[in-house]
Amino acid sequence: MRRILLRRFAQIIPLILGVIVLNFALIQMSPGSFLDVMTAEQQVSDPAMIERMRVLYGMDKPVVVQLLKYIWSVMTLDFGYSYRQNETVLAVIGQALPATVILMLASIAIALLIGVLAGVIAAVKVNTIWDNLISVGAVFFFAAPTFWLGIMLMIVFSVRLGWLPVGGMRDIGVDHGVFGDALDVMRHLALPALSLGLFYAAMYTRVMRASMLEVFRHDFVRTARAKGLSGAQVVLRHVFRNALLPVVTLLGLQLGTVLGGSVVIETVFSWPGIGSLMLDSVMSRNYPVVLGVLVLSSLIVAVANALVDIAYFRLDPRIRAR
Amino acid sequence: MLALTEDKRPQPGRDAGPLLSVDEIEVTLFTRAGKLTAVDRLSLEVKSGETLAIVGESGCGKSISALALMGLLPWPPAKLTHGKVVLEDRDLARLSEREMQDVRGKDLAMIFQDPMSSLNPVLTVGEQIVEVIARHDPASRKAMRERALELMRKVKIPDAERRFGDYPHQLSGGMNQRIVIAMAIACQPKLLIADEPTTALDVTIQAQILELMKDLQAETGMGLIIITHDLGVVAETADRVLVMYAGRKVEEGTVDTVFDEPLHPYTRGLMGATPSATDQPHGRLSEIPGSVPALAALPVGCAFNNRCPSAFERCFAERPVLTRPAAGRQVACFAVQQEGA
Ligand SMILES: Nc1ncnc2c1ncn2[C@@H]1O[C@H](COP(=O)(O)OP(=O)(O)OP(=O)(O)O)[C@@H](O)[C@H]1O
Ligand SMILES: [Mg+2]
Repeated sequence: MRRILLRRFAQIIPLILGVIVLNFALIQMSPGSFLDVMTAEQQVSDPAMIERMRVLYGMDKPVVVQLLKYIWSVMTLDFGYSYRQNETVLAVIGQALPATVILMLASIAIALLIGVLAGVIAAVKVNTIWDNLISVGAVFFFAAPTFWLGIMLMIVFSVRLGWLPVGGMRDIGVDHGVFGDALDVMRHLALPALSLGLFYAAMYTRVMRASMLEVFRHDFVRTARAKGLSGAQVVLRHVFRNALLPVVTLLGLQLGTVLGGSVVIETVFSWPGIGSLMLDSVMSRNYPVVLGVLVLSSLIVAVANALVDIAYFRLDPRIRAR
Repeated sequence: MLALTEDKRPQPGRDAGPLLSVDEIEVTLFTRAGKLTAVDRLSLEVKSGETLAIVGESGCGKSISALALMGLLPWPPAKLTHGKVVLEDRDLARLSEREMQDVRGKDLAMIFQDPMSSLNPVLTVGEQIVEVIARHDPASRKAMRERALELMRKVKIPDAERRFGDYPHQLSGGMNQRIVIAMAIACQPKLLIADEPTTALDVTIQAQILELMKDLQAETGMGLIIITHDLGVVAETADRVLVMYAGRKVEEGTVDTVFDEPLHPYTRGLMGATPSATDQPHGRLSEIPGSVPALAALPVGCAFNNRCPSAFERCFAERPVLTRPAAGRQVACFAVQQEGA
């Protein structure tokens, strides 16, 4: 078990290296540099001055040297300096990261909770009105673009009903205390997390339903009934856990796209996470931050993926044995 | 509940009344193509300590009949549409699903063909045995674990203590079938139905499993229904044999009489050239030309008429009903009736 864990985490290293090289290349290929933006913003037009800045920021060196230097500094957890915020990239990302992690976790929790529950109900009540209602709902939320859903939810719950805030993460200038602050964040979190979570909930509903129906056909379900177990006991003890496996697999595969989706949703709800940071940094060609976000987010996805694999491992003894 | 060692069961042969008496059950499949009769007015009896074998080619309705007794027919499409299933003095066919759950696994147990797929892959075999005990005879976790271990030793699983925490994929097919048997006998059922319990196993293991079932039966006095394709299994284990064809009983009698003198042409066909299948212990049912007709396309008259060497006009016009050529013997065949007349 420990060996497998180690191996699983060791696989992350080449992945991160690949991400760095790829993104570095992409940035080199894209037109314009932060120098263009900076000099334009500060109205510097003296070529000698610009040249000095090029040397100062190491941009006169060959690309390969820049890349190697970058990889080396990443290994020492130095992601460079953000000229825009006048802080280290790590500090800038560190401020934005918790918001995104909270949003992702909340969305995944919503997706799993609703998806698994609705899937189980649809499967147990297969071909009834419940099953049909759930299927229609699932198709709707699966087809609706998340940003559109976000805007619709905002219009209904924030603008029309005024129940929830329109955007941001906290009420500005109000001191709620620790407990009150947590509640405040949750109120702000509800709509963005729902907009993102419902899409995945729809997907998990479909997968869980199909998976439950598939497991129902297995012989061991008949054995369980032959033991005299009630329908609920059969579903909970025998069908559910087996049916959960495909959902866990899917979750592992989709963590990256959840992060991608959160970028969009953060923009819609002005959620101060790395999605908003990323957008802002791309616009200002703040490449150290862009690169840092890409590297760190792939690291997060890779680690989360490994964690999901471990969860799978615990759920399925057949894999554990290997 | 009884401890495993205490024996208050009726001894084989001591009381003459049947333990199970199935009266004219009919199972209908409600399919898109219409209603099909998968089991047609089947009656049978099993006494305590007695073994009844049900034989017939694939698709004759053996499993469906067994599931009907258990109240486990897969709906849709299958439903018990007629008949009684009387276990001791209760008609199981009239019980609600809730009441039936108290019977299943306790008074009436069933084991299935493939032990590998009959067990839940994500639960340990020990947990799966404990589950039956917890359902019908709950006790402290420790006591139930002890009883499960005792059962595992009873079905001769070596090193039971260590195997308790194993998952089904870690055990062999034979060991898994022993686990399934341990689960089935956990609450000392009055009747055990075994649907092809050895078909999925190696030949050497088959004999061991059958012997185990016979030993357990001798010890507890339970009635046993064994469904099989294998006439060798019938000869070795059963007291009486019931031959099914296309959802109907076509012949029944003690194993000795049926093997000595099979009456129905179908039974004779099953036994092939060898008059006694005991000569050929594990011989499969021998090939009869043609195949079992589909339920939707049963021929008019006797369902076997298109494959029968002795068929004559009447067989194509009417369905033969069961007659009793001798005590304890039943057969549904016009050719036999004609000979006897
Ligand atoms: N779920 C089902 N839907 C439709 N038809 C079914 C279903 N289950 C069984 N049947 C039909 O019922 C008939 C009896 O099937 P059954 O499984 O009882 O046969 P069997 O005698 O046990 O055969 P085998 O020796 O292959 O196990 C067959 O004609 C089969 O096609
Ligand atoms: Mg069968």
